[in-house]
Amino acid sequence: MKILVPVKRVVDYNVKIRVKADGTGVELANVKMSMNPFDEISVEEALRQKEAGKAEEIVVVSIGPAKAEETLRTALAMGADRAILVETEDSVEPLAVAKILKGVVEAENPGLVILGKQAIDDDSNQTGQMLAALLKWGQATFASKLELGEGSAKVTREVDGGLQTIEVKLPAIVTTDLRLNEPRYASLPNIMKAKKKPLDKKAPADFGVDTAPRLKVLKTEEPGGRKAGIKVGSVAELVSSLKTAGIL
Amino acid sequence: MAILLLAEHDGASLSDQTAKALTAASKIGGDVHVLVAGASVQGAADAAAKLSGVAKVLVADAADYANRLAEPLADLIVSLSGAYDVIIAPATASAKNVMPRVAALLDVMQVSEIIEVVSADTFKRPIYAGNAIQTVQATDAKKVITVRTASFAAAPEGGSAAIEAVSSAGNAGLSAFVEDALSSSDRPELTSAKIIVSGGRALGSSEKFQEVILPLADKFGAAVGASRAAVDAGYAPNDWQVGQTGKVVAPDLYVAVGISGAIQHLAGMKDSKVIVAINKDEEAPIFQVADYGLVGDLFQLVPELEKAL
Repeated sequence: MKILVPVKRVVDYNVKIRVKADGTGVELANVKMSMNPFDEISVEEALRQKEAGKAEEIVVVSIGPAKAEETLRTALAMGADRAILVETEDSVEPLAVAKILKGVVEAENPGLVILGKQAIDDDSNQTGQMLAALLKWGQATFASKLELGEGSAKVTREVDGGLQTIEVKLPAIVTTDLRLNEPRYASLPNIMKAKKKPLDKKAPADFGVDTAPRLKVLKTEEPGGRKAGIKVGSVAELVSSLKTAGIL
Repeated sequence: MAILLLAEHDGASLSDQTAKALTAASKIGGDVHVLVAGASVQGAADAAAKLSGVAKVLVADAADYANRLAEPLADLIVSLSGAYDVIIAPATASAKNVMPRVAALLDVMQVSEIIEVVSADTFKRPIYAGNAIQTVQATDAKKVITVRTASFAAAPEGGSAAIEAVSSAGNAGLSAFVEDALSSSDRPELTSAKIIVSGGRALGSSEKFQEVILPLADKFGAAVGASRAAVDAGYAPNDWQVGQTGKVVAPDLYVAVGISGAIQHLAGMKDSKVIVAINKDEEAPIFQVADYGLVGDLFQLVPELEKAL
């Protein structure tokens, strides 16, 4: 089986982002960029399935600017076999990303697509579910365990109040949650080898997808702040403060 | 304008997240119809009919909807969608699973996790783990929206809407339910609790987490939360996780124990009415959002607090 893993280049999760003063967005110039953490988990899961003999080839794909090649090289250094970059300098919404990915799936015919449950920049949590809808495939979102079988996959999902296990027919969409695995680091020799792995370049137009946004961003602003309160010296003082404030 | 609100429920009862999403729906304006889909859902349907602002309750009572599998539920919503301008749901795990599928089937770009209704087509939503707030205008004719319920008050009771059965839209059988492993507990549910006691990595082990956090939570009658660091370290189950990648909560009182206050955690709890932080590091960022901070050894202070209540 072939596994397709879409990855997104986002602001590194350790960076404290800054909102532009003019309200037009978030400052992205000279900011460290990395692979979306949930996508790292997706790449890792695909690698583990391959290592377990359940998959033969792992193809990673990114839709984004020319620099997203770095993100794809990271995935190749982790162990993916080849990469596709659908290059666009525009910001592409989840619905359009899903439409492009549908085109990639039709060209590549994977038995499984593993995506991160959400990207940590726009926090939409939509692309996997949308891709499943467009392909008319089953979906297993927020996975914390994935067992690939013959013609189906058993997936344990993180839901409110605990876990749900479902069986989904293949081909299918799986989106990853935090506890699925701990992604590996790429070793230096593998980073060198990744530079020679094949990387195809495409454009959204190759898939006939219009990426014009459907959501018009009117403004981006800082969240309302919360002021620090007081330090209390003891448990007794804490309890009496809470009582005075009418909380207890 | 007609609005279809997907109810969150467990069959017998309605989650108060539905009542909170109803408040957001009412702000958009128009007749709100609540869809209660599941198996044996009379209790939840009756509760939805009593909410003030509900014009009608639609009940899809069929085995196919019992486990809220995304594919049949999305097909059901799409089958009803023709009559509605807005399809909205509280951003629960189950709605986050199904709503984008609905949106794509309708060729609509979803607006995820709104925190404010600016006008009928314009909404505020958090991005970058709540470190920025975006105002977006949805240009699709139909809107598909999920609601961050911590930002809206629950709609009160006082209605008496008619309840109407709708027929099943079938099930293509793309996925099947195997089992649920839901944590059974007498404690309140995290997203609707009035008080939450949360533990962080400073607890040091799963045993200590149980030993220190749970008795305090029980004394408060509180739900139990955890930071992502505590969940990653295996001290607490993932469904206790409060933060951008876990649950977003806004209780009356949030007690953060041994939590440093990483950005991603603050994003999940900073709308709480009152925040108490107990941490040995007085420079910890949690104190920048806490109303009451107590600096010291949690292993000594928490049992002391429990006794003092």
